Amino acid sequence: MTNPVQALNSARVRGWLYQALFLACALAVAWYLVSNTLTNLATRGVATGFGFLHREAGFEIGESLLPYSASDTYLTALVVGLLNTLAVSAAGVVLATVLGVLIGIGRLSSNWMVNRFATLYVETVRNVPLLLQLVVWYTILNRLPSPREALEVLPGIFLSNRGMKFPVLVEHAGHGWILLALVAGIAAAIAVVRYGRRRRETTGKPFPTLPAVIAALLLPPALAFIVTGAPLAFDVPALAGFNFEGGGSVTPEFTALLIGLSVYTAGFIAEIVRSGILAVPHGQTEAGLALGLSPGKILRLVILPQALRVIVPPLTSQYLNLTKNSSLAVAIGYPDLVSVSNTSANQTGQVVEAVAMMMLVYLIISLAISGFMNWYNRRVALVTR
Amino acid sequence: MKSHLSALAIAATLSVSAIALSGTAQAGATFDGVKQKGYVQCGVNLGLYGFSSPDDKGKWSGLDVDMCRAVAAAMFGDAEKVKYTPLSAQQRLPALQSGEIDLLARNTTRTLTRDTANGLNFAPTNYFDGQGFMVSAKLGLKSAKQLNGATVCVLPGTTTEQNVSDYFRANKMTFKPVVIEKNEELNKAFFAGRCDALTSDASQLAAIRAAEVQNPNDYVILPELISKEPLSPAVRQGDEEWMNLVTWAFYAMVQAEEKGLTSETVDAAMTSPDPDVKRLLGVTAGNGKALGVEENWAYAIIKQVGNYAQSYERNVGSGSKLKMPRGQNALYTEGGLMYAPPMK
Repeated sequence: MTNPVQALNSARVRGWLYQALFLACALAVAWYLVSNTLTNLATRGVATGFGFLHREAGFEIGESLLPYSASDTYLTALVVGLLNTLAVSAAGVVLATVLGVLIGIGRLSSNWMVNRFATLYVETVRNVPLLLQLVVWYTILNRLPSPREALEVLPGIFLSNRGMKFPVLVEHAGHGWILLALVAGIAAAIAVVRYGRRRRETTGKPFPTLPAVIAALLLPPALAFIVTGAPLAFDVPALAGFNFEGGGSVTPEFTALLIGLSVYTAGFIAEIVRSGILAVPHGQTEAGLALGLSPGKILRLVILPQALRVIVPPLTSQYLNLTKNSSLAVAIGYPDLVSVSNTSANQTGQVVEAVAMMMLVYLIISLAISGFMNWYNRRVALVTR
Repeated sequence: MKSHLSALAIAATLSVSAIALSGTAQAGATFDGVKQKGYVQCGVNLGLYGFSSPDDKGKWSGLDVDMCRAVAAAMFGDAEKVKYTPLSAQQRLPALQSGEIDLLARNTTRTLTRDTANGLNFAPTNYFDGQGFMVSAKLGLKSAKQLNGATVCVLPGTTTEQNVSDYFRANKMTFKPVVIEKNEELNKAFFAGRCDALTSDASQLAAIRAAEVQNPNDYVILPELISKEPLSPAVRQGDEEWMNLVTWAFYAMVQAEEKGLTSETVDAAMTSPDPDVKRLLGVTAGNGKALGVEENWAYAIIKQVGNYAQSYERNVGSGSKLKMPRGQNALYTEGGLMYAPPMK
């Protein structure tokens, strides 16, 4: 073993050697490309560096989760863009999952209508380019009437080609207490679930978990609401000048992007869910029936836990796709990270830096999603003893 | 472990190679490069009526296209020796910096940053423009000062986003931008009523109105011009010979207008006794040698492309759908800003 020539015959040592060689080659290529870029930029007199991040951005952004104005820095502008990307991606992931699961189960339905509709849906949305779908959704939303002829779908809720305007609660000291009561209720609900499970496992007696959870969630906030004097004042949107003033709003750009991403990704998720459920042998259902479980319980306790093992890994890549596809926002005017970066790059001329930052940020977001989904996958994976 | 390492390495390589794309090496001076390959690679707009747009046969025309043709005429005596690279607003600077194109004639505003930090040099302005607002006539607006609280459609990748922010800040007004990357989508959103106003260079607003609207009176361009937009052809820094040729190719068109030489009259003018005309047309030798091209370089421009007035009227003026008045783009002798230095 101590002989170096012998050591070369060891698969372990060789493995390490090959990896070190590969890494060295990769680093050399990377170094060459970076230095070539920097040299070329320098010879052309193009300024490089990230100093521009602290200069004033000087452009407005259509929608922002943070207070932002044109006098803030490029860094702030990019953070606003990033938050917009995260907002639409997070909402899109939730919506696509719900829709995808419903359609996926629908494809397995014995009801002819439901089954055919789900198939039609999947085949359509998967086979039409996403960019085209986004443009279609955006065009539809822009065909809504102007603010002065806005549709009042519910009292105080207006739909127009400027988006959806809705009333928002006026802040009140009591809201803090209600929120606190809700947190307490959630804690109580978790305790109830745990107690119910333990009782079932130790004594075999079922516990009415669902009604208890609902009561634990609703009662404390309701009590706090009454005690603090029922603070329910709304800021209702009203027409002023060009548009509505007051209230909250969702822009057509956000809505079109959210619908487009969710509808498109749901088509893929539906197929993943279907394949996951089909992967569980029918014998499992029969075994459940033999034990006297209801069909709902069979789905929840027998089928889904096993199907999830098959579903989660491909689902992860769909979530990644959705997040990355959100960069198509530039086509329909949603101010996401790419849109803000493009503007910054153009105003400062620092294209290389802006593109590098964008790539790094998307890499970090994607790795975070993968990390979380891998953790979840390990949790639902079959435990072999 | 192995898969982790290689995945990381591949990611690193990919990210770096994408960066390097905008910085490939370019050997030799642009002037010699162009002469050797036999044509001018000209960066133009994806399609902006009046400035650079292809017709149904793929033949390009416009004020900026004429700039490319003038340079080709000066270099090769043939205005057709141009290859066009249609570029988006974002692509245009990297395309020039990286050497993908030799000349950028794509309604590009000359600014200090572009002239310095971005590594470009600008030839004389071939169109003096300014950013304006177009609104629906139904709103009954008379001034851009009435736009407080408006939603404004903006094309990104230009100086327009910053200009409009500056204008509203300076006048203590607020607005909501809607920023869409593609011209067509942006125009569609505006005409569907998503925005109260569309902002861009006034010439572009006129072009959009001419192309998209049945009745041009349904939309008005507000009188305020909120920025100076000297649209100028640009070249890379570091090749003065090439810069000189582009500069003087444009001046030749202006000088020709001043001297009353058109593509129709230039042949007759070869016998003109005017010493300025003789020098311009190469009858008196010297200018061509100084620029490193044939002595009949300016003759070729005037004969094949025309003088500045011809190019203007044909593309954006009375002979076009845009009907833009000469305004600042008239000769200095007629109250405009077009002025060619002595060509001797």
